[in-house]
Amino acid sequence: MKWIITFLILTAATLPTLTAADWRQFRGNAANSVATGETLPTELSGDTIAWKTKLPGRGLSGPIVVGGQVFVSASSGYAQDRLHVISIDAATGNQQWEREFIATGRTLTHDKMCNATPTMASDGQRVFAFFSSNDLICLDLAGNLQWFRGFGSEFPNASNSLGMSSSPVVIGRTVIVQVESDAESFACGVDVESGATIWHIARPRAANWTSPSILPATDQQAALVLLQSSKGLTAVDPISGAIVWDFDQGASTIPSATVDSGSIVIPSNGLTAIRPARDNTFEQLWNSSSISPGTSSPVVVDGWAFALNSAGVLSAGDTKTGERLWQLRLRGSFSSTPITANGYLYLFNEDGNAFVVKPEKDKGIIVSELDLAEKILCSPGAANGALYVRSDEHLFKIAERQ
Amino acid sequence: MRLLIAGILLTTLVLPVVRADDTPGAIKVLREVQPGAVDSAAARDAVQHLRAAGSQALLPLLQGFRDASPLAVNWMRNAFEQIADAETKAGRKLPQPELEAFVRDQNQSPFARRLVYETLQRSDPGIEDRMIPDMLLDASPEFRRDAVALLIKEASALPDAAQATPLYREAFNGAVHEDQVKTIAEALRRNNEEVDIQKHFGFLPQWSIVGPFDNKDGKGFAVAYGPELDINASEAPDLQAEYDGQTDKVRWQPIATTDDYGVVDIAKQIENFKGSLMYANTTWTSDREQQAEIRLGTPNSWKLWVNGKLVFEREEYHRSSQLDQYRVPVTLKAGSNTLLLKICQNEQTQDWAQRYQYQVRICNSTGSALLPSTSTARSEIGSGVQR
Repeated sequence: MKWIITFLILTAATLPTLTAADWRQFRGNAANSVATGETLPTELSGDTIAWKTKLPGRGLSGPIVVGGQVFVSASSGYAQDRLHVISIDAATGNQQWEREFIATGRTLTHDKMCNATPTMASDGQRVFAFFSSNDLICLDLAGNLQWFRGFGSEFPNASNSLGMSSSPVVIGRTVIVQVESDAESFACGVDVESGATIWHIARPRAANWTSPSILPATDQQAALVLLQSSKGLTAVDPISGAIVWDFDQGASTIPSATVDSGSIVIPSNGLTAIRPARDNTFEQLWNSSSISPGTSSPVVVDGWAFALNSAGVLSAGDTKTGERLWQLRLRGSFSSTPITANGYLYLFNEDGNAFVVKPEKDKGIIVSELDLAEKILCSPGAANGALYVRSDEHLFKIAERQ
Repeated sequence: MRLLIAGILLTTLVLPVVRADDTPGAIKVLREVQPGAVDSAAARDAVQHLRAAGSQALLPLLQGFRDASPLAVNWMRNAFEQIADAETKAGRKLPQPELEAFVRDQNQSPFARRLVYETLQRSDPGIEDRMIPDMLLDASPEFRRDAVALLIKEASALPDAAQATPLYREAFNGAVHEDQVKTIAEALRRNNEEVDIQKHFGFLPQWSIVGPFDNKDGKGFAVAYGPELDINASEAPDLQAEYDGQTDKVRWQPIATTDDYGVVDIAKQIENFKGSLMYANTTWTSDREQQAEIRLGTPNSWKLWVNGKLVFEREEYHRSSQLDQYRVPVTLKAGSNTLLLKICQNEQTQDWAQRYQYQVRICNSTGSALLPSTSTARSEIGSGVQR
């Protein structure tokens, strides 16, 4: 046993440290839409499009960035049953490799969605591509298949004819997927290296399109994964799958909770903020029915709680009280979750219009706009001073001209 | 965590070992890969071996796709892509004549043939003109789709409807996808041609139906009412039986559909009993034992029995209804096969939650209709080949 422990310690010691400049999963490394330490261009124009690269098929999944590589998934074929994972050189926009697989689960979705709706994730050494068909594919950074989990065939009733959208998250050595539908639901933790199931828990049987969030580790508590559903929000130990606490006052099934400074803002009856305590309980801080997100998940940063509804109204609230401070009407319909960097919000509507918004005490100011002229439903990524966003047709890099 | 460590150790101990010169052994490892990622380490080793073998491993690898599981196909596909990438980077050409012959060989896996075709197409766009026109009745739905698209394009460019009609007829024979069938049928009907979409897809239009039975609060899904109890005793329900229904005694009655896409609309043809369920029964005669797919579309919850055996059930309401929404692989026996469908309606009040309907067809894995042996038509529409 000693050598196993030694091996595990050595393995842990050699694990890559999180590079601040990476954007490794849906809503970023902390799954909270905050591009910590990034300074992105605020005056968007055609000159700030560093490159755009053609993509195959369709995709609502957002790009992720690991080192100098941008990864994106796509699906193609009449039945959306062809699964693509593409690596693109962040510097040049040139495709480095593309790998293709066939779906093992159901591929039907609503026309607005497609099989490549969940955003990929990475632990820095590998990438994990997840699809509506519940296929979870692990590749190394060179495109070599490491393992393949066909949850769609392992659990054939865990599907939704409108499509699935939950994006996986990585915590330590576990990649966590949430697969929830009216007919069958579960969440499981999968070992990043072997692909083996570490834990598997039943989840509420109800359609759900939310993604897991992360409650970071503190001195008293290891990191927890937060699983949202129509029932509420459940905090789960990512190593064992044990339920630590449960918020049972209901929650949305589309926008996902976000975490800031130890508080969790949940799309529940508008927005509800809670703070977990040391004894595995939590206290409710506030509830605000006047700050209500649509499809986009809320963004919480620097004392602000932002919620964007599907019609393009951005609401800003005070994270201490939940009081709504101002609203800003943007243009068009929105599906993607905004991100924030260096005091600015970056929002993309479905028509491909990008908005840079500077939040102030009593109003939000649109600083600049850029029309990418392609349908954008994905949530963008940010890394190394650049913003990455994709349509069905292209992946765009937006950065200051060098 | 203990379980995980034990699993890793156990897996390490039983991993198959691939010898340095053993390409067939490596392919065997990939073909036998199991769900659950239990043998990923062995599969990775096998891929590495094949990559080292280079282009000489390509054809045996591609032949290994045949009848392999989707999981195995994905491993073999990744191996192929790695080899092809490495060969291209090294400036070596792939064995084009052999690969082109492989694409034409319909005994090989449709996935492998399409993979090779698209790989060759990157450096040889002319391959489309050489190959696709001959693939109208191919075993691969993707090749068929391309061939049908060529014919539709050719037909739609003709100014004279009389000239276009034979081309559309030819295209219709090969089409297995709904969008292409719709396009072709519309063109033919504009030319006053008869088109039997229902038969083309292999929909089952004639049923016996009984109900309503109680499904208030969705509880009836789990309740075995009379028809279900009947099939515990025999493979088929007693169509002369009378049962206690939701509000009264109920008996089997015939129901048929003339809808192009085989939709039996309970809400319109009978009544949208809220919080109810119905049983529908039909038979399908096969001239031999054969593998088939029963494809179902419905916005309602359902259970399906074939010859008395429950083959799938799904409790989900009003998440859309689409052609081929569910694909259930079955083995049909020679002679008469009985299909019993339980179809459940809930009590949602929204406009979009009022549909109470189903459509069922029987086809092969490519989506080509299978027709019952009593039909005067061929047993497999437009396939050209039996497989």
